[in-house]
Amino acid sequence: MNRIYMDNAATTRVTEPVFEAMKPYFCEKFGNPMSVHSFGRESRRAVEEARRQVAAALNADSREIYFTGCGTESDNWALRGAAYARGNTRRTLVTTTIEHHAILHTAEQLEKEDFKVVYVPVDEFGIVKLDEMEKAITEDVFLVSVMTANNEIGTIQPIEEIARMAHAKGALFHTDAVQAIGSVKIDVKAMGIDLLSLSGHKFHAPKGVGALYMKNSVHIERLIRGGAQERTQRAGTENLASIVGLGKAIELATADIDAHNAKLIEMRDHMISEILTRIPETRLNGDATRRLPGNVNVSVRYIEGESLLLSLDLKGIAASSGSACTSGALDPSHVLLAIGLPHEIAHGSLRLTMNEENTMEEVDTVVEALVEIVKRLRAMSPLYHAEKQ
Amino acid sequence: MYTEQVMDHFMNPRNVGEVENPSGVGTVGNAKCGDIMQISIKVENNVIVDVKFKTFGCGAAIATSSRATEMVKGKTIDEALQITNKMVTDSLGGLPPVKLHCSVLAEEALHAAIADYKAKQEAGEV
Repeated sequence: MNRIYMDNAATTRVTEPVFEAMKPYFCEKFGNPMSVHSFGRESRRAVEEARRQVAAALNADSREIYFTGCGTESDNWALRGAAYARGNTRRTLVTTTIEHHAILHTAEQLEKEDFKVVYVPVDEFGIVKLDEMEKAITEDVFLVSVMTANNEIGTIQPIEEIARMAHAKGALFHTDAVQAIGSVKIDVKAMGIDLLSLSGHKFHAPKGVGALYMKNSVHIERLIRGGAQERTQRAGTENLASIVGLGKAIELATADIDAHNAKLIEMRDHMISEILTRIPETRLNGDATRRLPGNVNVSVRYIEGESLLLSLDLKGIAASSGSACTSGALDPSHVLLAIGLPHEIAHGSLRLTMNEENTMEEVDTVVEALVEIVKRLRAMSPLYHAEKQ
Repeated sequence: MYTEQVMDHFMNPRNVGEVENPSGVGTVGNAKCGDIMQISIKVENNVIVDVKFKTFGCGAAIATSSRATEMVKGKTIDEALQITNKMVTDSLGGLPPVKLHCSVLAEEALHAAIADYKAKQEAGEV
């Protein structure tokens, strides 16, 4: 069976050029980058080259890039590090209702530690309500954290504007850019970003490596203590090969964002319009244009998401859903509830996320499969029956 | 995560639909939770001669409702009432723990259909 992978927001494959760049750093070049000898020095050079590549992709300086174990670690570090560094004078964190759990669950932990957290709501398209954001940012706020783009519905947030609001009140601005790298042009200087999280495996680097950008003038507490790695801010022997892979991957991912996006937007919009016109009672979740170029998220009424995923999987198509049944929780996705979807429609959501390796033929194959699957599952659904009579 | 038997019932569900002129119908669950199950039965001489289901829900919910209809067909009312969700899931080779709650609906829907039948019987409707 020809399999089709449309779950690139979950993870991506390591591409050949990235793998090639990593290969020497397993068996041949294995020195500890902290060692003074030639083995160590060649590893150190590789780490610093990767740091330069990440910095270049963000228009940052190399010394503003700290390698971490994943995007989640970067998010934890940004939030807790800022809270502990500034907690004497400022006690409030401002974030949004649609952040990734790496942010939301860290924020909940800070609440348990007697910090205050304000969760700013979003509108029906998933865009942060700027008037409420402005009201939420007081002189007590140590950090404002808003994702660059949402992982489920792909909504791209006006982070420059929010960064300005944060700075006007003396707060730092952090953005979780895990889903955005390679699709949204990031210029940390122009956009006023103080802290930024990214994760390698979302753009063809391996799993288990991420980075935190921290502006030179910004200081936050370190969380991982030990050796003097990462300019003493993040201890632990460097994940050498993966860091090399991350550097190569971000260079490739940001080399030509416009061309990359143009192809993806064409596929995305074709898929959305095919689904909405050929399958009755479907809706697009999120914003039609302020949206990641590879993200499609639709709700199919009268059907539960997991049964959609299983049916697609049997046809070799990989997707994901915000239904409760796919997360092991009882409630459907907090993002879909935050944009105002009723539970039953949130349960029937389907996310298809593409990257430049997908093709228009695959889009058409997926739509055909979906039409057939929806027909079959609706015939089985007591809701469809009841409302149609 | 699902057994072959579960996937078989999910892909080739038995007894989908609604019995014509049913002796009893039971609908349980709610859309908010993401699971609704409807079972309709035809009873003759105290035997369930026909049974059909419709389910809005995940793979586990669809498979257990399908399997439950298979298990009660041809049984007397008393025999059908002995069938538990555990018997249904065991016969499917089990379910992941997080999915066990989905299987409760099949038993509940069946019991609701039988209760509906009994109520109609008492009212002299069937």
